[in-house]
Amino acid sequence: MNFDKELDARGLNCPLPILRSKKTLNEMTSGQVLKIIATDPGSVKDFAAFAKQTGNELMSSAEAAGEYTFMIKKK
Amino acid sequence: MDEKKLAIIATKGTLDWAYPPFILASTAAALGYETQIFFTFYGLQLVRKDVSGLKVSPIGNPGMPMKMPFGPKWFKDINWNIPNALQCVIPGYESVATALMKQTIANNGVATIAELRELCQEADVKFLACQMTVELFGFEHSDFMDGLDYVGAATFFEFAGESDICLFI
Repeated sequence: MNFDKELDARGLNCPLPILRSKKTLNEMTSGQVLKIIATDPGSVKDFAAFAKQTGNELMSSAEAAGEYTFMIKKK
Repeated sequence: MDEKKLAIIATKGTLDWAYPPFILASTAAALGYETQIFFTFYGLQLVRKDVSGLKVSPIGNPGMPMKMPFGPKWFKDINWNIPNALQCVIPGYESVATALMKQTIANNGVATIAELRELCQEADVKFLACQMTVELFGFEHSDFMDGLDYVGAATFFEFAGESDICLFI
């Protein structure tokens, strides 16, 4: 899947992955896609909740080898 | 849709209790909430210019696991159950516990208080300080960070009264 920007949130714990993502999204334009890689197991539900509450679209959420990858399209 | 509002009253001045107000406020701001924190009584310690002096006290806190942030796993897993009476007479006990807590925080990728506070400010979380407590505790405005509004309870209620969520921490 194509993306416009990537954020490495590996090793960061709550709430930093969400805060860094929000900050990065602020620098992007509507329709652009942000890819986030995280290791915090809580981030799976957190990114779904973040997307739901902010209106940004969570296009995909995947786990592989203890790493979580999220694709978020900016509103 | 109107912006949701979160109002927090922060009343505790220890390293551990510094986390909930700043974590919740910064996250709420990221979710689009308009957020204010009213710092009162010991909570004023969280808006001092320098927060590196915040400490955690294991004394009288049976909920706090006492584990070492270094060494092999079997060693890290030991819970050092030290009686209160003993904790009280060991000089520097709180300082050591605080240093260990800070190491644990760093090991776990948890933000520092200074970092979370800065993230709150960047996200336009408004900080209010209780003027009454500033005087009661003999502080000066120069002891505190920039960007604080020194107000009384009535000003806080102006915002809290319209808030969707109001938390006392």
